[in-house]
Amino acid sequence: MAIARTAPVVVPPRSWLSDLRAVRIVWHRDLIRYWRDKPRMIASILQPALYLFVFGTGMGAGMRPTGGLDLRVFLYPGVMAMATLFTCFFSAGSIVWDREFGFMREMLVAPVRRYSIVVGKALGGATAGMVQGVLVLAMGPLIGVTFTPLLVLVLLAELIVLSFAITSIGVLVAVKIKSFQAFMALVQIIIMPMFFLSGALFPLRNLPTWLHVATLIDPLTYAVDPMRRAVLSRVSEAEAFGVTWSGWPIPTFVELAIVAGTGLIALAFAAHEFGKME
Amino acid sequence: MTLAVHVRGLHKRYGDIEAVRGIDLDVNAGEIFGFLGPNGAGKSTTIKILCTLARPTAGDAKVAGHDVLRERDEVRRHIGLVFQESTLDDYLTAEQNLRFHAELYGMPSKIVAARLEQVMEMVGLWERRTSRVQTFSGGMKRRLEIARGLMHSPRVLFLDEPTVGLDPQTRASIWRYIRELKQREMITIFLTTHYMDEAEYCERIAIIDRGTIVALDTPENLKAKVGKDRVQIGTADDDAAIAALKAKFDIESANREGLVTFAVENGEQFVPRLFADLGVPIRTVHVARPSLDDVFLAYTGSTIRDAEANALEKAGGMARMARVARR
Repeated sequence: MAIARTAPVVVPPRSWLSDLRAVRIVWHRDLIRYWRDKPRMIASILQPALYLFVFGTGMGAGMRPTGGLDLRVFLYPGVMAMATLFTCFFSAGSIVWDREFGFMREMLVAPVRRYSIVVGKALGGATAGMVQGVLVLAMGPLIGVTFTPLLVLVLLAELIVLSFAITSIGVLVAVKIKSFQAFMALVQIIIMPMFFLSGALFPLRNLPTWLHVATLIDPLTYAVDPMRRAVLSRVSEAEAFGVTWSGWPIPTFVELAIVAGTGLIALAFAAHEFGKME
Repeated sequence: MTLAVHVRGLHKRYGDIEAVRGIDLDVNAGEIFGFLGPNGAGKSTTIKILCTLARPTAGDAKVAGHDVLRERDEVRRHIGLVFQESTLDDYLTAEQNLRFHAELYGMPSKIVAARLEQVMEMVGLWERRTSRVQTFSGGMKRRLEIARGLMHSPRVLFLDEPTVGLDPQTRASIWRYIRELKQREMITIFLTTHYMDEAEYCERIAIIDRGTIVALDTPENLKAKVGKDRVQIGTADDDAAIAALKAKFDIESANREGLVTFAVENGEQFVPRLFADLGVPIRTVHVARPSLDDVFLAYTGSTIRDAEANALEKAGGMARMARVARR
């Protein structure tokens, strides 16, 4: 069998450029996998749709917990955050998956800095989370949210910060956990409280102290709040739902800084832990 | 010329277990070098250290002239790896797996397509490049892993049990690639195996047992050190033949299963003399070289199968019982 010969390849020495290429390809691979996993995509559209249209419509018709405001419009930013939260965590779980199925080794022996793999993973999960958030975002007009270019831009920006932060937390958990079952269990333990305490489902006012304090610790609170503020910006009572520090409504940029900061710290820890992996 | 692998005083300890206890090793560039030993002897641990996946507890190791601790990136640039377990992404196509590798290794983009075709042609998977790896058989996956390990033209290719669990036909073709590789790109092949017949393909073999190297030489020399070939002849008169062997060659022989059987050095060279001088008509001749099984037995005191069985027993906490039983 005659085989065309090519000259032996010369792998260039490692540089920031090779690290950047590694980030890009790790990110690209996660997207290919996300795109191919159609059942997961469908499932992850169904869940927010159920919350928004079934829960929002049914609950809103009977009890009017948000006064004159359509409950679905109130839930809309929360459900957007929820969809992002779930998708990001599952995407981060691919790290555990890769380790169980061996692919991790392929990445661990490559001549690149380990952090580039972690960053690639975080960006991959964040992108998937973004796509998910945008799918929910697109449901807005169906429940009477009027889009303006500014509103869409603000929500997109907030989704980017949220996706990145959540995936980073997920990556940190994934790096520390050895088996996929354990990861899934831990994700339930982390995701559900984050979701319920974030104010995605109810206004963060007039809460008992213990619950109020718990909501303040949840980083997701600071992502749901500015998104809701943007959506309700033309409703006068908007601020009456929001989270406050002793009565002080927290400005959007502070909230987003908290979310982004949490993400960066998580990512830094994840990169550090990942670097030690044998 | 730089040594492909240079190891001195290598130790690796996991908690109480000393997996590697003082290994010295030199592998020449372009050599096919085999690491032979039972499961749990320290083969995989040594490979992991050489591939920068584990840190040695003590000792020095250089691969392609670079220190595995201080120059990790340099080592990684120059090695290719094929592990026992699959490290492919089943959800991606064969080509996507290889392209991922090319990007991760920073291969110049211009040459990726040509190189991809070359390595996939070599392992006979070019036609299947757009299939997802999910649909591949075990043998195809292993071939794809070898192709991937070669994408970036490594100086040293590490193959950890490259043919374990494969059918004989696939094993044969994998060995064909290995030899082709060595010729074409002067790649050093460092492989581990616990198949005796595969070790024969290597130019040199290190026999490793309980974390140390107990013998290191060419298969021929190892076998020669173990000793004699076994010769079996069918004759017209076995008793006369046995008497003649004793009288003319001073060789003790015995009748086993209807054949006169004896041991002699360089059996193939002895046979012509036998025909000329025995004086008893010979109908059949069979000369068997000592096998690596004999070699392993001679150096470790147990056959490779027994050694593995013992390793398993130890894992089960039955070490003491097994030792008592052997005495």
